[in-house]
Amino acid sequence: MILTPDEIQAIRQEAGHFPYPSAAAIEALNIAQRGHDWISDELLREVAEVLGISPADLDSVATFYNLIYRRPVGKRVIHYCNSVSCWMLGAEDNRRHLSERLGIGLGETTGDGEYTLLPIVCLGACDKAPVLMIGDETHFNVDPAKLDDILGETGAP
Amino acid sequence: MDKPLTRNIKPDGSAASLAEYRAGGGYEGLKKALAELAPLEVQQQVKDSGLRGRGGAGFPTGMKWSFVPMGEDAPKTKYLVVNGDEMEPGAFKDRLLLEGDPHQLIEGVAIASYAIQANIAYIFLRGEYRLAADRLRRAIAEAEEYKLLGANILGSGFSLDLRLHTSAGRYICGEETALLNSLEGKRANPRAKPPFPQVSGLFGKPTIVNNVETLCNLPHILRNGVEWYKGLSRTGEPGTKIYGVSGRVKRPGAWELPMGTTAREIIEEHAGGMRDGYRLKGYMPGGASTDFLLPEHLDIPMDYGSIGKAGSRLGTGTMILLDDRTCPVRMVLNLEQFFAQESCGWCTPCRDGLPWTVSLLERLIEGRGRLEDLHTLERLCGLLGPGNTFCALAPGAVEPLQSALKYFRADFERYLQPQSTRGGVYA
Ligand code: SF4
Ligand code: FES
Repeated sequence: MILTPDEIQAIRQEAGHFPYPSAAAIEALNIAQRGHDWISDELLREVAEVLGISPADLDSVATFYNLIYRRPVGKRVIHYCNSVSCWMLGAEDNRRHLSERLGIGLGETTGDGEYTLLPIVCLGACDKAPVLMIGDETHFNVDPAKLDDILGETGAP
Repeated sequence: MDKPLTRNIKPDGSAASLAEYRAGGGYEGLKKALAELAPLEVQQQVKDSGLRGRGGAGFPTGMKWSFVPMGEDAPKTKYLVVNGDEMEPGAFKDRLLLEGDPHQLIEGVAIASYAIQANIAYIFLRGEYRLAADRLRRAIAEAEEYKLLGANILGSGFSLDLRLHTSAGRYICGEETALLNSLEGKRANPRAKPPFPQVSGLFGKPTIVNNVETLCNLPHILRNGVEWYKGLSRTGEPGTKIYGVSGRVKRPGAWELPMGTTAREIIEEHAGGMRDGYRLKGYMPGGASTDFLLPEHLDIPMDYGSIGKAGSRLGTGTMILLDDRTCPVRMVLNLEQFFAQESCGWCTPCRDGLPWTVSLLERLIEGRGRLEDLHTLERLCGLLGPGNTFCALAPGAVEPLQSALKYFRADFERYLQPQSTRGGVYA
């Protein structure tokens, strides 16, 4: 088992909130992902088992949503908004700057396993565009200089 | 000017506490509903208020509720679901309400649940709204502690269990029936209607799905009455509206203003006008799925009817501005890429048609376009339009495209000319 007893407990508790346990699929995947960074095939099978559904059914859910990672990601995922307002106000410059500084393209992870760079749709802060999210934190009005500051604080190269 | 929805929202971005919310009359509307009105009377008040759904479609809220079975023979379990899946590019108003005044939403949820006699409510929140999730969790706990949620609310005999569900990101979850599938732990494909969710929704039970801003209106309507609510507006459509502006203006942002305020006033006064060196070329009045309008439309009141007459939709009321130095064709490409990516893939016209519009636009921008491609794009707008697809994603997706082809035709045609003669209009 890769799932910890606490995680199994948490998943069971979520499942208890619904008329049938499969309804907790997204919560369960979120719980599993929080502890293991991404949903490997093995993890997926274990979560499916706890929920009492087939791995194929759970996989159809896992592959549908943007924030469930079915491939390895770094410790911190950088989601930069590439939707219209951010696009207009410099999202692409930020993307390029990130790629250069971290040495990774879209969908890639830095060699030290620290960062993964992924696009995301509008983060609901278009008045503060361009916007990006690093881990749980959202950063507003980002430009390359500000990016350097943000990355500096997290100890990036 | 009365701004009921945003009056507790603090400039420093912190959330209004329960005490602060109560000091401004918070939970009085709920108290009144529970103590003085029968559920159907609450429904009637909301119907009389003329409140229309603020999520984008603008359907009358009271009317929507009235399709829920009521009375002795109605199913025992009914659900109220909050649509907090704000993912439409250019829309950013619900975040303000969720983060700034979570109790207002909770009170709205309790009133709506009472009106349709639902005992379980879910807040379907997009996964990226981490701060909103934290604040809602705290506010729900507080409300439970003070008997504003849970069993026997304020001693009225009415009970409501409110749960927060954080989603995992997919635009289609904002579609009412797709949202229900998602809440059931499935892929978020829309469902065929009928049956309508009001009769058979979440887990097959009667369900109402309302947008965050819609629900936030309820406490005020209940507390202050229908006439007061109507008086907030400048037009025949009642209430206030949270309008927003993003793009190249001096002060982008969102403001609560009387329904029917004009785009000119919003852009020039509240957003401070265009940034120096930029001129307004067009604007989408209500998010990524609304038709462009032109500067000549700026004095039309921003309400559902007037914007509809002008050929677009009020949508979320959050405008995206196109300036004279941004290429409309590239902007439309960005929008179509979004919709193509977020299509749930359920029906062929949308699944195949949207990537086709993307590739035609890309080809055009790369200088490999032909005149007939513009005709194909136009034809696609019809093929993906209302009535031809399973849900409204595809028709919404072609709104910016069809209006851009109409208003900014020259910009599309410019790409048909040899590169050397195009001129350097856009950076
Ligand atoms: S129109 Fe698009 S999003 Fe809607 S059901 Fe069809 S494929 Fe899915
Ligand atoms: S477009 Fe980037 S936050 Fe809305």
